[in-house]
Amino acid sequence: MSEVLEMTNTITLAQATEFIWAEADLLDRLDYRPWLKLWTETGRYIIPTERDPADYAEVLNIVYDNQTMREARAKRLLSGFSMSSAPPARTVRTVSRFVVTASGEDFVELRAAQMLAEYKYGHMRFLPADLRYRIVRAPGGALLLDEKIVTLVNAEDYQFGIGYLL
Amino acid sequence: MSDHDYATLVREDRVHTSLYRDAAIFDEEMDRIFKNTWVWVAHESDVPVKNSFKTSWVGREPVIVTRDREMKVNVLLNRCRHRAASVCEKKKGKASVFVCPYHGWSYDPDGTLRKVPHAAGYPEDFDKNEFPLIALRTEIYNGMIFATFSQDIEPLFDFLGAARKWMDLFMKQGAGYGVKTLGEHRFRFPGNWKIQLENTTDAYHFPIVHKTFLDSLDAETENVFDVLGQGGWVEDLGNGHSVMVMIPDLIDLDDNLDAPIPDRFADLAQELRDEGHDDATVRKVVRAVGGAGFNLNLFPNVACSMAFFRVLRPVTVEETEITHVAIGMDGGPAAGNRERLRLHEHFQGPMGFGTPDDAEGWERVQRGAAAGGDLWIMLNRGVEAPEGVAAPGHNAGDVSAETGMRAAYQQWKRMMTA
Repeated sequence: MSEVLEMTNTITLAQATEFIWAEADLLDRLDYRPWLKLWTETGRYIIPTERDPADYAEVLNIVYDNQTMREARAKRLLSGFSMSSAPPARTVRTVSRFVVTASGEDFVELRAAQMLAEYKYGHMRFLPADLRYRIVRAPGGALLLDEKIVTLVNAEDYQFGIGYLL
Repeated sequence: MSDHDYATLVREDRVHTSLYRDAAIFDEEMDRIFKNTWVWVAHESDVPVKNSFKTSWVGREPVIVTRDREMKVNVLLNRCRHRAASVCEKKKGKASVFVCPYHGWSYDPDGTLRKVPHAAGYPEDFDKNEFPLIALRTEIYNGMIFATFSQDIEPLFDFLGAARKWMDLFMKQGAGYGVKTLGEHRFRFPGNWKIQLENTTDAYHFPIVHKTFLDSLDAETENVFDVLGQGGWVEDLGNGHSVMVMIPDLIDLDDNLDAPIPDRFADLAQELRDEGHDDATVRKVVRAVGGAGFNLNLFPNVACSMAFFRVLRPVTVEETEITHVAIGMDGGPAAGNRERLRLHEHFQGPMGFGTPDDAEGWERVQRGAAAGGDLWIMLNRGVEAPEGVAAPGHNAGDVSAETGMRAAYQQWKRMMTA
């Protein structure tokens, strides 16, 4: 009986990818307010400056956001007063190469690849990244992001200003 | 272009647009300025122990900053003396030897050529002593390592001159533990290096460009960052250096330790108390955690900017690389350094709440400078500094004055016409 219950609470790869693609679509459309609701209260959104540090909290990151910082960031990007995001760059991203690295009752962890093209002022830039997700099922059944780590392929190298979310 | 021509491009209150756009001027700058003055390459904490190293740049030339077996700091051209291959491609680390990957010539951390494989293929009079890695003249002040190609210029101590007092004040944010680098953000913008040099001494842009950063702060902190409203000033420190004081209360971090702890640092203070730190330590760490209340611009490539080092590297006439080096306490409470990392991430870096808007502004300057090639960049802003704040004899203006930019361009003019 308990085995059956576990099976029904597992988050399938199909459910996870559907959720991740919907998130990617929100980000490309700069639809940040519903994006904020995709997170657990304790969720972390991390974009590191180095690959696989022992503890992201103890090193410098590009982004190390809790809920408060995510809300402040979305507010800033949507405010119209930040010249790097108003006018915004146009982005197109795809997420693929999903590999489930762990799963259990009400959670799944995945690795994936993201290919993102950015266009602004005649520049086309390409920002490939490795992604790691931890997705959990909330008591009501909805899926939520508990952790998202975006490691740019050139994380430790120089970037240009990024006026949107990865 | 003759010396006379360079002199005509910089006036007291303006500089010519060609300084942002002319590739020939850029090439001359790399020779006349970056090969002929003290250029910042690293902080001592980047090479803390023997055989530690960090790669860096002096102008357009890649270098390795090493700490050798005698604990001496060396700045070496990153080029094998045989056929020029770079001998180190890591950002930092530890190495007791640098081996050229092409034919295996190996060098000690002080640059000495240690071994040449298959040495029998060279004539008998081949002398290894003739082929060390090229060492630049290297001097250090208060942890800041500078190097120069020139054997003729004044010692670093004299070059820094009046800026030393402000470097000493800046380093007080080590809260008694000393300053240590914690990590860095690197980013580029498509624009000339001097646009960035100007910005570190530009308080005028702050409330406009950084409105969204200010909006993200609590009311008390937003008042702290009211940089135009606290009686600050900009002071010419000589040799192109300048200081812009935005928050006079935070000039000396050893002062006012009895002041109430700001709300935004209440959690940090409690965490430090819980870890067993005494009240004096807690107050000192908390007061220093947000950095100093001023930007010190050191011509030509580094600034001690409030709570971090800002390093610029000219790449081409229209591309510049900036590194924002996060700093913290060397051996101080981990909670304090974590707080410093989070504060740094909030404003700095390619996705900070401040840096991308700065970078966008600088790009817009370069784009706009494509129009009106005969026009001038105006640097004439500034009224008198508040009475008695600047050192006697120093040229100074109010906090939003362009005094620091004028100081830097006069140094540019001196060096380009020397």
